[in-house]
Amino acid sequence: MAVQDGIESSQKASSFIYDPKVRSLFSQAVLIAVLIWLGYSVVQNTIANLERQNIASGFGFLDTTAGFAVGQSLIAYSEASSYGRTFVVGLLNTLLVSVIGIAIATVLGFIFGIARLSNNWVISKIAYVYVEVMRNLPLLLQIFFWYFAVLRSVPGPRESITVFDSIFINNRGLKLPKPLYEPGAGLVGISILVAIAAVWLLRRWARKRQMATGEQFPVFQWAVAILFGLPLVVFYLTGSPVSFEYPELRGFNFQGGLTIIPEFVALLLALSVYTGAFIAEIVRAGILAVSRGQTEASYALGLRPGPTLRLVVIPQALRVIIPPLTSQYLNLTKNSSLAVAIAYPDLVSVFAGTTLNQTGQAVEILGMTLAVYLTLSLLTSALMNWYNRRVALVER
Amino acid sequence: MSQPDLAFVRTEQAETLPAPISNVGAFGWMREHLFSGLWNTVLTILGLYILYLLIPPLLNFAIFDAIWTGEDREACLATAGGHVGACWPYVDAKLDQFIYGRYPIEERWRVNIVFLLGFLGLVPLAIPAAPFKRFNAIFFFGIYPVISVVLLTGGGFGHPAWLWALIVLLTLAAAGLALLPVFVGQAKVEDQLPALGMAGMVFAVPAAAVWLMTVDFGLEPVETPLWGGILVTLVIAVTGIVASLPIGILLALGRRSDMPMVRLVCIIFIEFWRGVPLITILFMSSVMLPLFLPENVTFDKLLRALIGVAFFASAYMAEVVRGGLQAIPNGQYEGARALGLGYWQMMNLIVLPQALKLVIPGIVNTFIGLFKDTTLVLIIGLFDLLGTIQLSFTDPKWSTPVTSHTGYLFAAIFYWIFCYGMSRYSLYMEKKLSAGERR
Repeated sequence: MAVQDGIESSQKASSFIYDPKVRSLFSQAVLIAVLIWLGYSVVQNTIANLERQNIASGFGFLDTTAGFAVGQSLIAYSEASSYGRTFVVGLLNTLLVSVIGIAIATVLGFIFGIARLSNNWVISKIAYVYVEVMRNLPLLLQIFFWYFAVLRSVPGPRESITVFDSIFINNRGLKLPKPLYEPGAGLVGISILVAIAAVWLLRRWARKRQMATGEQFPVFQWAVAILFGLPLVVFYLTGSPVSFEYPELRGFNFQGGLTIIPEFVALLLALSVYTGAFIAEIVRAGILAVSRGQTEASYALGLRPGPTLRLVVIPQALRVIIPPLTSQYLNLTKNSSLAVAIAYPDLVSVFAGTTLNQTGQAVEILGMTLAVYLTLSLLTSALMNWYNRRVALVER
Repeated sequence: MSQPDLAFVRTEQAETLPAPISNVGAFGWMREHLFSGLWNTVLTILGLYILYLLIPPLLNFAIFDAIWTGEDREACLATAGGHVGACWPYVDAKLDQFIYGRYPIEERWRVNIVFLLGFLGLVPLAIPAAPFKRFNAIFFFGIYPVISVVLLTGGGFGHPAWLWALIVLLTLAAAGLALLPVFVGQAKVEDQLPALGMAGMVFAVPAAAVWLMTVDFGLEPVETPLWGGILVTLVIAVTGIVASLPIGILLALGRRSDMPMVRLVCIIFIEFWRGVPLITILFMSSVMLPLFLPENVTFDKLLRALIGVAFFASAYMAEVVRGGLQAIPNGQYEGARALGLGYWQMMNLIVLPQALKLVIPGIVNTFIGLFKDTTLVLIIGLFDLLGTIQLSFTDPKWSTPVTSHTGYLFAAIFYWIFCYGMSRYSLYMEKKLSAGERR
């Protein structure tokens, strides 16, 4: 009897308050309750505050006339355009500076990352100083430096710095010849696409042949010839359908030509130089992660340093490089929002800035802006994850 | 017969000749590292040319052509045809403003004390060999922020009733949880005394902090719009550091929790803050936060920015800590459970000490990023160091063509020293921590 009592009391001892399942359910219920209460009070407060301040809500404002001009726009935009169009203009400007910035930063990063590992002492030290200086200075300071200190001290339109009398640099921006397309220009464009496709096919064929017979084909020389030759031939055959409109100094400013505003130049320079320093470190770490034996084995097989880097080291290093590189690309895109500090018309500047000030609809506008950046983030990481899976080590 | 023996056999070894001059010493080094081939020589010449383009103008600007003394802009204006370098008297004249902003001059000793205490708290915390790490951490992460708030603002805040109500409510909830086994008849009150003690801490710690802030120490109140310069930069950076570490650890634990709802909430929180730029978060905290709060609750502009920065930094910190948690082998978790430790005991005693040590370099790198990002607050109209410098350019007394260059150079030196110092420290810790693995 006594034994049975003991068993009973020990069963009783495991009360429900010690059951991990009950505990976990309880904590989650408390968490959800607190979150719901928080969400509810935030919504209530917001509605009350908006009513008191007489701020309209809803997305109707997107059709209203904006009434302000934007310094740079990839699509037709005037003061009569709607706020919705302002949003698109800002988004396109953000994407423009991000894409070009990513391209330049990648090139800079690879150059300096490889230079950092160079056997040449001067080159490697220059790369080291570049990385350590640029990485450790705030991006905003760099943007201000390029915009206020460098581009402001460039001379005015009359004393422009000029290259071949067609490119002009002055404090109003960078003036470039503007291409004018005449009928037939489309054919040149098509020929460029055809050339790219041809090079791609040639490369596949050459690789196949090398696999089969071991004979190499000078792909690079042929690729250059096709890429430049074909469009040039088409260009002259169709009677030079592209001409250039050169910027001209009339009065106090330049007329015609293509203008790149100084804000864009400053932002682009700062973003790519800053991110380039981070990418250089990533590239260096990636190359160092490839074991020394790979390089030695490659030398032992008779490959020279160039092909060793290109064919053995870099493909393996890319596996290590890609994931952190992705987050740098994302950082650059997010950092492009610093444009607002120098009034480059990006999404944050024209939409979350000017439009927000004019309409006061903070919730909708910031919600849309945040949604854009979140979407960009998720898209980029999805794309890079896909690529990462493709280049990942396949273990047999 | 006896032909002379022509063969000569040396009986001792020949003297070793010195290595060829081209392979040793400075000459050999240069040959190997600078001129080992045509391509390398071209690179060296190119590199030297780049250095020639960059270094002399920089040195000329900062030192040789710089103006060192003067009273106002007259000193720094270019004389006819002259070349003028940095205008250092401008920095000298504005230095107090760069450090304190418009903080009242007779109250600046309070800022100095805060700087000094922060330095005294942080330095031993950063030196691995320094003793009393636990007390040091409690001081830096618990006591120091409260002292700083009181000293910097002047303290003597009103008695917010809802705050006290919240503290009492939380204490009651904690005490209720502690006594739950007694209510269901599973334990005696005596057994639950440690748990009750914890509940008492839930009351005592925030109550002490709130009480300290309500007491009037007779300090002159200083409104935050008067703060500026390095003071604001450091306030934002230190707040981010102090807040992001505990919140980040909780988020990282939540993200690896077995409870699906907790995990989901943490993932959404982390990915949201990491997915959007800091500047939109600052916009949000300055424009949207006031809308979210009840009518009578108003926040100071600096405090709103601090909240945004703290959440932003926490999300990044959470990912760093998660990396550390993932690096701890499963055997550690299993061993802790086998010893009968509960979840929090396991985390506090076994997992977190190892995981945090692993990710110290990552934590420091997050701090570097945060430190650089403090400059962004100037966009929402707060005056950190860069904002104060930017503002000082408008002063007609020092308006010269070189003022902005000088100001940026000063800011660059300040930020660079801090960030480079931190990154060196991170490298040092990395080497020190990996010493065990490098046998």
